[in-house]
Amino acid sequence: MSVSAAIETFVNNIDASAAAYLDSCVHCGQCAQACHFYETTGDVRYTPVWKLEPMRRVYKRHKAPLSGIKKMFGLVPDEVDEDMLKEWEELIYDSCTLCGRCTIVCPMGIDIAGLVRKSREAMVAAGLVPEGLNAAAKRVLEIGRPLGIKPEIMAKIVGEQAEEVGIPIELNKVGVDYMIILSAMEVLNFYEVIGALARIFKQAGVTWTISTEAYEATNVGIQMGDKEIARTLVQRIVDAAEKLQVKYVVSPECGHAYSALNWEGPNLVGKNYDFEVIHILELLDQLVREGRIKTKSELDQRRVTFHDPCQIVRRGGIVDEPRNLLHMVSDNFIEMENYGVANICCGGGGGVSSNSRAEELRIKSFGAKKKQLDAVGPEALVTACGNCRNVLEEAIDEFGMDLPVLGLTELVAEYLDD
Amino acid sequence: MTFLEITEGPLWVLASSVFVLGALWRIIGIIRFGRKPDISIPRASALMGAIKGQFLHFVPHGGFSFRTRYHLVAGYMFHLGLFALLIYAAPHVLFLKENVVGFDWVTMPRWGFILSAEIAFAGLILLWIRRISDPVMIQISDADDHIASWLTFLAMLTGCLALDESHDSLRALHMLSVEIWLIYFPFSRLMHAVTFVFSRGYTGAFFGRRGVVP
Repeated sequence: MSVSAAIETFVNNIDASAAAYLDSCVHCGQCAQACHFYETTGDVRYTPVWKLEPMRRVYKRHKAPLSGIKKMFGLVPDEVDEDMLKEWEELIYDSCTLCGRCTIVCPMGIDIAGLVRKSREAMVAAGLVPEGLNAAAKRVLEIGRPLGIKPEIMAKIVGEQAEEVGIPIELNKVGVDYMIILSAMEVLNFYEVIGALARIFKQAGVTWTISTEAYEATNVGIQMGDKEIARTLVQRIVDAAEKLQVKYVVSPECGHAYSALNWEGPNLVGKNYDFEVIHILELLDQLVREGRIKTKSELDQRRVTFHDPCQIVRRGGIVDEPRNLLHMVSDNFIEMENYGVANICCGGGGGVSSNSRAEELRIKSFGAKKKQLDAVGPEALVTACGNCRNVLEEAIDEFGMDLPVLGLTELVAEYLDD
Repeated sequence: MTFLEITEGPLWVLASSVFVLGALWRIIGIIRFGRKPDISIPRASALMGAIKGQFLHFVPHGGFSFRTRYHLVAGYMFHLGLFALLIYAAPHVLFLKENVVGFDWVTMPRWGFILSAEIAFAGLILLWIRRISDPVMIQISDADDHIASWLTFLAMLTGCLALDESHDSLRALHMLSVEIWLIYFPFSRLMHAVTFVFSRGYTGAFFGRRGVVP
């Protein structure tokens, strides 16, 4: 473990916004009230701003304006050491999903999730990353895929889906409008979404393809805080899209993938793309508005509610689109309390679901989501993130609840009038 | 030179200089760290987000009002009471006219001073009680938080003692406590009084680009 590398990364990661955040915190503790890990455990160590303590110490000791004068009088915090980094590794990776709900409650508007992300980069520099994320990163670098699904397997899955819905799907087709990428969880567990997309796009007259060189949007580099891996994975998608000369790359039902490709991607690869990134929910909503998707007149009668994936809604800005789509297919759509930008995380975002060490805490933290769900008593829960869906299904089982979890794209396809 | 003359003369110049120069040094220092330009394509205006962010965080939103009520009420009691005293207390207006700005403005009556002081004291004491009793705040608080609270408390207390201007030493004591507070300000978390604008602005801009300001 390299403590000095971690300190150096902390120092390099502190820009004007990080400094303003660290200098604004008045230690009011309100962020704890927004954190599902604190809410469900009562453990004060899970107070979001406490997770930034190593970064705050490094800033106050090494970089803060006037820290030189304070250092002369011994008034700066102690140096971050090995024990501290080891302790904080758990806080930074296991008890933070980067959901960013704490920012809403913060009177100073501090983007704590953003600073946790930066702190993870220091942990990577130190060599302190949970085994689950390390293993995923290893698979990405060695096999090229985080869950190890090779191109030939992917081609087989696509072929089976094409056969099931009776619509041919051409892989690696040059010159189409849209290139679809999927979350690793969709490829592994929810591959029916491929058939659903084929049906929707056929009705809408959309030309599309899937590249066998870049079909997974999951970006473990973003989750663990390794910029180089994150850049490599974004570049892989950029290269494939440019090779196929598509106009759009469709970001899938995956929270951090949208953030990785649309918001962080251009900054990681250092240029704007030759194509546009559109989220699948934006695309479906647009197709509906253009009258290119028609649904049955008989709508879903179940009492359904929507779980907002944090990185798509709160930190992605796609708030209305999923609701427009749900109103289109459901006759009984009900919102949870604090829906939309204030919604509670599933508990497994930000790489927490890939971190087996965090499993018990993740399941426990679902208690906050359960409260939200119990208040509206839905018969089905819809979401738009493969990872959320998987995490929710697991937690729902653990809590002995009887609640199916549906993907929004698949639900729209189910009610297509074709 | 009397104690009062020292606190209203050279010590005042020293303290106010440290306050202004120190705060400026710190603000310029933060800005000079810079930020890499974000080249992703914005969905909406970052500037509008930054402006909206300034106002949004005045009240916790998104369903936290019950959980954060104590802090919200105590925080506003303290800050509003303190600002009312700072800006409208007759001795302050006179002092600022003679030593800083050269003009005066409307002042609050004595009952207004008493009421503002009571509200500010109540707010500050409630916040400090929470700091020493709430497990979360105990965990995250450090010496700076307590020193800042106590220096503010002392400045307010000596200000009340000096209200009747019955004795020069009470006025000098108030000046001294304010001067210690001013010198402490740029080195401490009291700087949040300025840096909150940047913090809210950066976050507002981040979300503004994404077309949402939560």
